[in-house]
Amino acid sequence: MPSKAKVSAGKAAAKAAPVDSPARLAVRKTYKLYIGGAFPRSESGRSYPVTDAHGNLLAHAAQASRKDLRDAVSAARKAFAGWSGATAYNRGQVLYRVAEMLEGRREQFVAEVIAAEAGTAADAAAQVDAAIDRWVWYAGWTDKYAQIVGGANPVAGPYFNFSSPEPSGVVGIIAPQESSLLGFVSVVAPAIAMGNTVVVIASSQRPLPAVSLAEALATSDLPGGVVNLLTGSAAELAPWLASHRDVNCLDLTGIDPADRVPLAVAAADTVKRVFAPAPIDLAAEPGMGRLGAFVETKTVWHPTGV
Amino acid sequence: MDTFDNANPFQYAPAPESRDIARLKPSYGIYLNGEFRNGRGEAVKTINPATEEPLAEVAEADAADVDDAVSAARAAYQGTWSRTTPAERSKYLFRIARAIQERGRELAVLETLDNGKPISESRDVDIPTAAAHFFYYAGWADKLGYAGFGPEPRAIGVAGQIIPWNFPLLMAAWKIAPALATGNTVVLKPAETTPLTAITLAEIIAECDLPAGVVNILPGGPSVGQALVDHPGVDKIAFTGSTAVGKQIQKSVAVSGKRLSLELGGKAANIVFDDAPIDQAVEGIVNGIFFNQGHVCCAGSRLLVQESVHEEVIAALQERLQTLRMGDPLDKNTDIGAINSAAQLARVRALADSGDAEGAIRWSPECHLPDKGFWFPPTIFTGVSQANRIAREEIFGPVLSVLTFRTPAEAVEKANNTPYGLSAGIWTEKGSRILWMANRLRAGVIWANTFNRFDPTSPFGGYQESGFGREGGRHGLEAYLAQ
Repeated sequence: MPSKAKVSAGKAAAKAAPVDSPARLAVRKTYKLYIGGAFPRSESGRSYPVTDAHGNLLAHAAQASRKDLRDAVSAARKAFAGWSGATAYNRGQVLYRVAEMLEGRREQFVAEVIAAEAGTAADAAAQVDAAIDRWVWYAGWTDKYAQIVGGANPVAGPYFNFSSPEPSGVVGIIAPQESSLLGFVSVVAPAIAMGNTVVVIASSQRPLPAVSLAEALATSDLPGGVVNLLTGSAAELAPWLASHRDVNCLDLTGIDPADRVPLAVAAADTVKRVFAPAPIDLAAEPGMGRLGAFVETKTVWHPTGV
Repeated sequence: MDTFDNANPFQYAPAPESRDIARLKPSYGIYLNGEFRNGRGEAVKTINPATEEPLAEVAEADAADVDDAVSAARAAYQGTWSRTTPAERSKYLFRIARAIQERGRELAVLETLDNGKPISESRDVDIPTAAAHFFYYAGWADKLGYAGFGPEPRAIGVAGQIIPWNFPLLMAAWKIAPALATGNTVVLKPAETTPLTAITLAEIIAECDLPAGVVNILPGGPSVGQALVDHPGVDKIAFTGSTAVGKQIQKSVAVSGKRLSLELGGKAANIVFDDAPIDQAVEGIVNGIFFNQGHVCCAGSRLLVQESVHEEVIAALQERLQTLRMGDPLDKNTDIGAINSAAQLARVRALADSGDAEGAIRWSPECHLPDKGFWFPPTIFTGVSQANRIAREEIFGPVLSVLTFRTPAEAVEKANNTPYGLSAGIWTEKGSRILWMANRLRAGVIWANTFNRFDPTSPFGGYQESGFGREGGRHGLEAYLAQ
């Protein structure tokens, strides 16, 4: 199976975008935002050219504005009660469904990653495979994390007392700039696995695989608003995300460490949980760190007695 | 001391605890690198808030002392403490727990003198829970590899800790015990108005023969705290206090990159349903907001009563409040003591006045406030709207804001309508409703048919602007382990 997959990946590299032929003019895709389950253009009407590594135009992506970001936060907040209230089993099934959708469009994603990152077909195929498998890995975490980190506390008194993790709320994420698909999946999947809803700014230079991923999300039984995708300038959008009063957490993975401080300072105005990890090896097993980054511990007491 | 002048013909005889038990000294200083000496900052009188009489003079630390203390803590971290085996660290902490128990009565009286809280509370809650915290974390010191934070958990280094005045010794224990158990060394700044039990804890630590520099205690004001937060030799900051100061600290730490845990303010909803046992609920409401004069970050300061039992609950609450005894904190029969400081009293008064101005209805039981000291009567505001300041801002005093609701969904919506998220209370006989509510309330601690319970095994901490990180329990270790 793997060797066959690589062959098809190589073929796919040749058709990163729909190809015209003498017999037929191809239908090109408009790359838009993904907010509240819909695919709007930027309310600003702005777009920006996205090119491959050789400077060839791939598409004009939507250049999201502050207003788009606020719409995305509203959508994420609106979706939070339903998604955080869904059973862990249900969340796991939805995440697994995302993997199924990606698997079915594997060749398309390989082609898009090649176009976005200019790597080899084998590298792109490996990235897509890892991204699919990452959804599966996190799908399995949804109903296990609470059992590992939660539990009963033996208080010195006649009380039943237990602690369990709960999602923090709306997580603002700046996705990695280099890895267009695996990087994006690696930051989004753990946050929503725990029941958070997210507003994520895709790689500024390589946004297209993330937009196509959003199409898979939209057809994966993931409720609208759980993942909201913005494309455009991370540098322009991130300060608004950091200072937004209805965002609970900020993931600065895609921001260069040298540029993180002002965002972390802005985030302090609403005591956001700020996650600013050191560069990670995306190919390695992620561990539990990202699952724990955006959860709260809730402890419930009740007296015992007759 | 005056107490409530109520219709009760039965009078309590005074039952004061002797202040001699506190073994007050005329002056106190700082504890730095294993030595007690005067700090180089201001010499400040700490007063008894119940009488305004000076208790002792405290030679506070200054920035240079912070510098020395951080150096001492660093040297101890690298020199002695990291070479102390986990089992030995554990035994040091057990020693401290035992020593606190041995001097429990002294500490209780000292706490009540310095803080103004009733002796019954310092004796039955603050001091025993502080000892229990050391005892609990003592057992973790040599079992960290089993705690679920990786096979070889490591300390962070030097922890700078800043604590408030509402539970002075207990907050010191909450901070120091997990820090030491995980192998960190500590520079702790107690609150300016309540330094005495922390300095006495330093004596205990010295008597337990902890290596010099492992724990340093620096009484002082905000400038000392700021110096600690900004010090490049500090690896981790732990702060308990107001949300406003917490945000400033988070900003400072965002620049310096230190680890941070914050335990900040709250505006907890205490929710009473129509099927709740009203008498028990009233006890819980009273405990929720009048325990420790309401100087509690997790106080149940917003009472949400189901509309159909509003009148009944308020009537029962008012009757109960008339039996509360306010007065000499050292009297064993006292329920409500003094407000901790003139500044805090002014803040409580200002917020209560805003309740009047915004149209809420104020009620307090008849009571005579002592002539001297800082006093505020237990107060209930009814007819409060969600937009009122007294429904939104943390008062940190004995002031309860009462709102009503009709449906469980409305109760959840009102309870969660706050940037805070530290605690919440639920009163109902229906188990499924408790769990339904507990799932939906956005707060770190949910008390169902009880309130204001604390235990070293039970993680404590907030959602949203009530801070992040947990204190207590296995979870409390994480804030002091390297990531």
